[in-house]
Amino acid sequence: MINRNPQLDSHRKLQHLLTTEGLPAAILLQILDTAETFVGVTERDVKKVPLLRGKSIFNLFFEPSTRTRTTFEIAAKRLSADVFNLNIAVSAQTKGETLLDTVDNLAAMDADMFVVRHAQSGAAHLIAKHVRPGIHVINAGDGRHAHPTQALLDMFTIRRFKREFHNLRVAIVGDILHSRVARSQIHALTTLGVPEVRVVAPKTLLPSRVERLGVHVFHDMKSGLKDIDVLMMLRLQKERMQGAYLPSSEEYFKNYGLTPEKLSMAKPDAIVMHPGPMNRGVEIDSAVADGNQSVILPQVTFGIAIRMAVMSILAGQPV
Amino acid sequence: MNIMRNISLPNPELLFDQLVDQVQADISNYTALVGIHTGGAWLAERLYQALSAKKSLEPLGLLSVSFYRDDFDRIGLHAQTKPSEIPFNVNGARILLVDDVLQTGRTVRAAINELFDYGRPASITLATLIDRGDRELPICAQYIGAELCLPKENMLVFERDAHGRFSLRLENKKDVVNGAEDLPA
Amino acid sequence: MKIHIKNGRLIDPKTGTDATRDVFVADDKILTVGQAPAAFEPDHIIDASNLIVCPGLVDTSVRLREPGLEYKATLESEMNAAVAGGVTSFACPPDTDPPLDEPGLVEMLKHRARSLNQAHVYPVGALTLGLRGERLTEMAELHDAGCIVFGQPDGMMTNLRVLMQAMQYASTFGFSVWLNPQEKNLAYDGVAHDGEVATRLGLPAIPVCAETVAISNIILLAKVVDVHIHLCRISSAEGLAMVRTAKQQGVSITCDVSANHLHLSDMDIDYFDANCHVIPPLRSISDRDALRLGLQDGTIDAICSDHAPVDEDAKMLPFGQAEIGATGVELLLSLTLKYGLERKRPLIEVLAAITTKPATVLGINAGHLSPGAAADLCIFDPESYWKVTVSALRSQGKNTPFLGMEVPGKVRYTLVNGNIVYQSQP
Repeated sequence: MINRNPQLDSHRKLQHLLTTEGLPAAILLQILDTAETFVGVTERDVKKVPLLRGKSIFNLFFEPSTRTRTTFEIAAKRLSADVFNLNIAVSAQTKGETLLDTVDNLAAMDADMFVVRHAQSGAAHLIAKHVRPGIHVINAGDGRHAHPTQALLDMFTIRRFKREFHNLRVAIVGDILHSRVARSQIHALTTLGVPEVRVVAPKTLLPSRVERLGVHVFHDMKSGLKDIDVLMMLRLQKERMQGAYLPSSEEYFKNYGLTPEKLSMAKPDAIVMHPGPMNRGVEIDSAVADGNQSVILPQVTFGIAIRMAVMSILAGQPV
Repeated sequence: MNIMRNISLPNPELLFDQLVDQVQADISNYTALVGIHTGGAWLAERLYQALSAKKSLEPLGLLSVSFYRDDFDRIGLHAQTKPSEIPFNVNGARILLVDDVLQTGRTVRAAINELFDYGRPASITLATLIDRGDRELPICAQYIGAELCLPKENMLVFERDAHGRFSLRLENKKDVVNGAEDLPA
Repeated sequence: MKIHIKNGRLIDPKTGTDATRDVFVADDKILTVGQAPAAFEPDHIIDASNLIVCPGLVDTSVRLREPGLEYKATLESEMNAAVAGGVTSFACPPDTDPPLDEPGLVEMLKHRARSLNQAHVYPVGALTLGLRGERLTEMAELHDAGCIVFGQPDGMMTNLRVLMQAMQYASTFGFSVWLNPQEKNLAYDGVAHDGEVATRLGLPAIPVCAETVAISNIILLAKVVDVHIHLCRISSAEGLAMVRTAKQQGVSITCDVSANHLHLSDMDIDYFDANCHVIPPLRSISDRDALRLGLQDGTIDAICSDHAPVDEDAKMLPFGQAEIGATGVELLLSLTLKYGLERKRPLIEVLAAITTKPATVLGINAGHLSPGAAADLCIFDPESYWKVTVSALRSQGKNTPFLGMEVPGKVRYTLVNGNIVYQSQP
């Protein structure tokens, strides 16, 4: 019943990155600032620095995701770390080995850092609580709970294009209920001082008491997008049609899909973001995704720098 | 803070003038100037102003070296890292590297490594305001403002005030260990 | 054996006694309370000075994990844990593997439990075969084997026609029906209360309506079928209010609450503490407060431990995958006393909820200290606090949200049938 943030050590230094919730703004900004310096590295002849030479980073993906895993892999390699990819979905777990058994085995191979993705909320916390001091855990997505590096790269993108946070209106649109991205975005945005964060979704895709996270709830795009500076679209999984959350992707697109017409409700210089991979014609129209307000590709580029920043800050923390 | 008042330090403004004179004589040998963050960068800026009137040089370069340090495992990444900026093609460049204080040679080692990740320079030469000796790597400067022999436990701090004037002072290492941004020079 | 328990503060909620009285036990019965019987020569004297002497506790839900789930706990370990907690009679839910749906399984369990000479075990028979909610069990046969009530513990069955017929059939023989009110489709894949905490932590949620819809259906059926219903583990203020109304309308209904729900809320999940993964889920603070009031006004009949030992491996998993349940039979007394202290309720009132009232719910002659009753007693030190630690717990399961906490009330002696089955040093 102690409510200490398990990501921070007794000196309030970041030991693991598990969620954006409860992290002080100073730490979020330190990550963004460090990422700025790494953006330059990726523009050089040799896109690599020797910072994490000799460190072993294990990508533990209990849920398949080539895309996210690759960005972590690139980030680690640009820091000169040794990267090992384990697609656990098809190996040990099917043989009955528990999550922590797997972690223990890899820790015995002198792992310095785990990048974890798991379908269950809280999996990264469990691993972070279990590993010995000096091993760092980065949450690359746990269930519906958190995806902090995605949220941080989104903050980085917003700062690049809007410079400040304190004068923004931001809308997050889509399946908030099942979205770890949305939760991490909400905590990061409110911590960094965004005065108005909105969520826009049908009632079946909103968790209860979501307003307690500090957001304003809208059920229609017209009012939800009015005078918005930043639009953060979420991916809609096809399974939602089966689970009786929605009748069809067509009806969803009609009401919540981002079209140029709906986008015109937002400020003329509003930027459009998406964590990828996109479902064109479901949550976003191609004309918007490829339009001049879209910053979806820069998001991907910045994602590498953010992950380099997080890895190097964590690896550099003294035990 | 325990500032050593009993050791007399040279005036860095005078040392800087001497350094400018030395470099000026050889300026035709160089195509670019690169300062090492932060003191070396201040020096390089002033040096650039003084020299670029005489010879057309590439835009001034700046190296942060935070990602190349050899003490990362001990003290980690500094909270405020600055980006490196090398706004010219390093391949074939003849670079004059500038730092404030040269001691162990580790910062210069890191800087050379970083430069090579931008390309293959034709040559790198080193200028420093103060050489404290106590080298731990085979590195030497071609241009030196002054050589000083100081107790190892003292840290020589090079500063720039609001008017851009340079100053030097000594601190006990243990006093600055938490805020130390630079490698043992 | 004749035992003289002297100088203790005797609290017997059934008779309303709260006074310094001696108790005289001969063989397996209580002989007299207060005055010594003529020519009573004790073989053993228990000095209960500064201690409270009360009926042995009655717990409406203790899982022994037999048959089938012995890796979680053994009959021996959990029987030991029960008497260490002062519990002398308890019901065990039929959610074993296989479920208690056959007389042979029940007889075996009763026999094994009896051979240990510890607490009295009352298996709850499965209401439907395999607890699948499709076909009825042989309730009369199961009754002969030792089941006195029949239950469906894993949430309410989906088929209401089967439920209604099960109620009708049970009531034919006068058996009570014990139901855990949770509508399965509304609970779906949920693992935590549908509120701010689940939203923050991204945990699939169980709405309060999963409980209220179930209670509503059960009450409507109970009004049609003349049967006694016991609702196991009420968790919400709204659910409680429905029970209160039903009781006022004269529906034959009782309910219990787990000691966990009397103290904890979803906030205690903190950062995914898997020990807080219980069903029904820990609900909001206001629900918890309503449960406390419900206990006070008598809407809730009993506090139970809902004891569920889980092996460590099964809890060392992400919250939603971690096995459901908390160990608790050793905490029942302490958590009940803690509730009494926090709410400033008289001891006699709070002890009723773990002695005479659950005995009435279960329909057994226990939980009181009248002359002639079985000599099942719990003697405890109300002033002594103990720390809940892995080593302090006798249960094989160490999974409790209260680990590390100091709780009041240390059991000093437990007597079953006049035998001292547990004793601890001050």
